[in-house]
Amino acid sequence: MNTQEQNIIRHQRYLEENTDFETRSLDAVCVNESELSHPWWYNLKYLAAGIWFGILLVKAEVISWFRIQEMFRLQSFHMYGVIGTAVLTGILSVWLIKKLKLKTIHGEPILLPSKKFSKGQVYGGLLFGFGWALTGACPGPLFAQIGSGSTVVIVTLLSAIAGTWVYGLTRNKLPH
Amino acid sequence: MQLIQWIQKPWPWWIAGPLIGLMVPLLLILGNKTFGISSSLRHICAACFPANISFFRYDWKKEAWNLFFAAGIIAGGFIAAGLLSDHAPVAVDPVLKTSLQSYGIENFNGLVPADLFNWKNLFTLKGFLLMIVGGFMVGFGTRYAGGCTSGHSIMGLSNLQWPSLVATCCFMAGGFVVANLFIPLILHL
Repeated sequence: MNTQEQNIIRHQRYLEENTDFETRSLDAVCVNESELSHPWWYNLKYLAAGIWFGILLVKAEVISWFRIQEMFRLQSFHMYGVIGTAVLTGILSVWLIKKLKLKTIHGEPILLPSKKFSKGQVYGGLLFGFGWALTGACPGPLFAQIGSGSTVVIVTLLSAIAGTWVYGLTRNKLPH
Repeated sequence: MQLIQWIQKPWPWWIAGPLIGLMVPLLLILGNKTFGISSSLRHICAACFPANISFFRYDWKKEAWNLFFAAGIIAGGFIAAGLLSDHAPVAVDPVLKTSLQSYGIENFNGLVPADLFNWKNLFTLKGFLLMIVGGFMVGFGTRYAGGCTSGHSIMGLSNLQWPSLVATCCFMAGGFVVANLFIPLILHL
């Protein structure tokens, strides 16, 4: 057994002992648990990454309500081009990370959680699709639209937070 | 100077798309973080109004990176719209433009149509449906689906997760229905 495999097994054991992670990783693709603890200002690098991503969202016009309507009315290739090339770049990057067994800048092995199927991906996916066409924004663009000066989108964001909260409240009664 | 002018124009998809895709390895290498935004809404609930709901009872501080990332997006939006923009009207497909003009949408100056998304409209049925109901569906739907365009469509697909493909197809299907069948009715209000 090589060190990479040992690391993964040890990390899985750590996750099993860590019950908080169980709740946190529910209905989320975006969770990773690190065994390292850092001072808060280590998070500033994610602030910088967010600034870069916010600039990208605006310059790519991904936050444009008009672009979203064009996409859903098949009137422009732009959004398909953006998402398509983003996914291709992502696939190539993830493949390279796995192939080269890359580590994080803090020396931890990079682990990618796999996603289980749930009916939520269908029902929730459709609901989000409805909201995406109405608001012209997914969660990332909501933040970018506010930054770009559309102050009223704060209300849309608050409504999205309320939607997430109501989901949490009713989660046990919904089909999954 | 030409470079600055070029940056201030909207970026073509073949530049912006790959750069967005590179967010995936960037976050993984910075600290094993999987790219995704909708979780930040959940962490805000967990931090501000957990209300003893088990779904929100976890140590949100462990996911604080996601909130820093979201705050960065707000700042990035501010920088891009203020400093890196040529302030030209947005190019809109002529068919869409004519169709929108028939509903009285005349302002094509910003990425967010000011004729629809403004404080006054918030208290009309049209604005209520577009902003409040739309926003609620974004928040509820992304969490129910377990991710949004970034978490599923970009991160999930990059990692070849088939549930993310199911989710992405449903996002698109939902959007097609509302944009083609319901938006014209709503704009008519």
